[in-house]
Amino acid sequence: MPKFGVIVFPGSNCDYDCYNALKNILSYECEYVWHEEQDLSDFDCVVIPGGFSYGDYLRTGSIARFSPVMESVKSFAEDGKPVIGICNGFQILVESGILPGAFLKNNSLKFVCKWTNLSVENTDTPFTCSIKPGEIIKIPVAHGEGNFYIEDHSLDDLISSSQVVFRYCDENGTPAVSSNPNGSVHNIAGICNPSGNVIGMMPHPERSCEDIIGGTDGKLIFESVFSWIESN
Amino acid sequence: MNKYFVKIEVKLKPLVLDPQGKAVSSALNNLGYNKVKNSRIGKLIELNIEGDSEEEVKESVTEMCNKLLANTVIENYSIHITEDVNA
Repeated sequence: MPKFGVIVFPGSNCDYDCYNALKNILSYECEYVWHEEQDLSDFDCVVIPGGFSYGDYLRTGSIARFSPVMESVKSFAEDGKPVIGICNGFQILVESGILPGAFLKNNSLKFVCKWTNLSVENTDTPFTCSIKPGEIIKIPVAHGEGNFYIEDHSLDDLISSSQVVFRYCDENGTPAVSSNPNGSVHNIAGICNPSGNVIGMMPHPERSCEDIIGGTDGKLIFESVFSWIESN
Repeated sequence: MNKYFVKIEVKLKPLVLDPQGKAVSSALNNLGYNKVKNSRIGKLIELNIEGDSEEEVKESVTEMCNKLLANTVIENYSIHITEDVNA
């Protein structure tokens, strides 16, 4: 059975949410991985959870990228194994150069915590392969620095190579400015690396895995990667 | 070994939108300082550091900036080195 590893940094605070979604709700095998560990050979998928690693000092994710486990995450990713960074996890992947771009403060300057609609732009990744093309999914965001930025020419490359995976949109799937919670370029909510096995997303799929808390679309992300691992 | 005092200014690149700077310039305008047309917010990092020469310190601090202190995707930095008179 595929086994998930949830990395824990000092200051991670969605680690238990991820563990709970994977282990208790979806009944997958899952273990925590302390950021000083370096052996990821037991795992089939690595989850870098949200939070405020190292208190967000200097820049979000900038210090966590030097944790010993990140070298192992890098080689895990280079081996083509699936890695997902959620919120602060996305920021860490960007700071470590595993994914392109950078993060700025939300254009509202406020911490934004709300449900967002996402259009799934690429259903050909391990984390989106169980989602139908064109499907709109509902997943909440909670961040102060989710304003994804990338230079124009690199944005064109991202778009043309299908590395834009999720975009903020309205209920009909239109990527309206009013649906963008943070001012990110091109309404980007999530991207992947060129080979698609590493995904970063600001919205929290682990917080939308139960009806009792408002929705279950987040399960699609984890179910996708579970079936992708089983069939590979 | 000499002692040096280093100031590093980290600023968002000119083309990168600065929401904090925008909020500050509009707050200043609201206070009646209408001549303020723009504001940008950056960071000032100070280091007390030892080294054999200013060149050596500069080389080492440049490496620190590229590795950690600045994110060169969105930020520029400048380094100012003086002898540490208080050390």
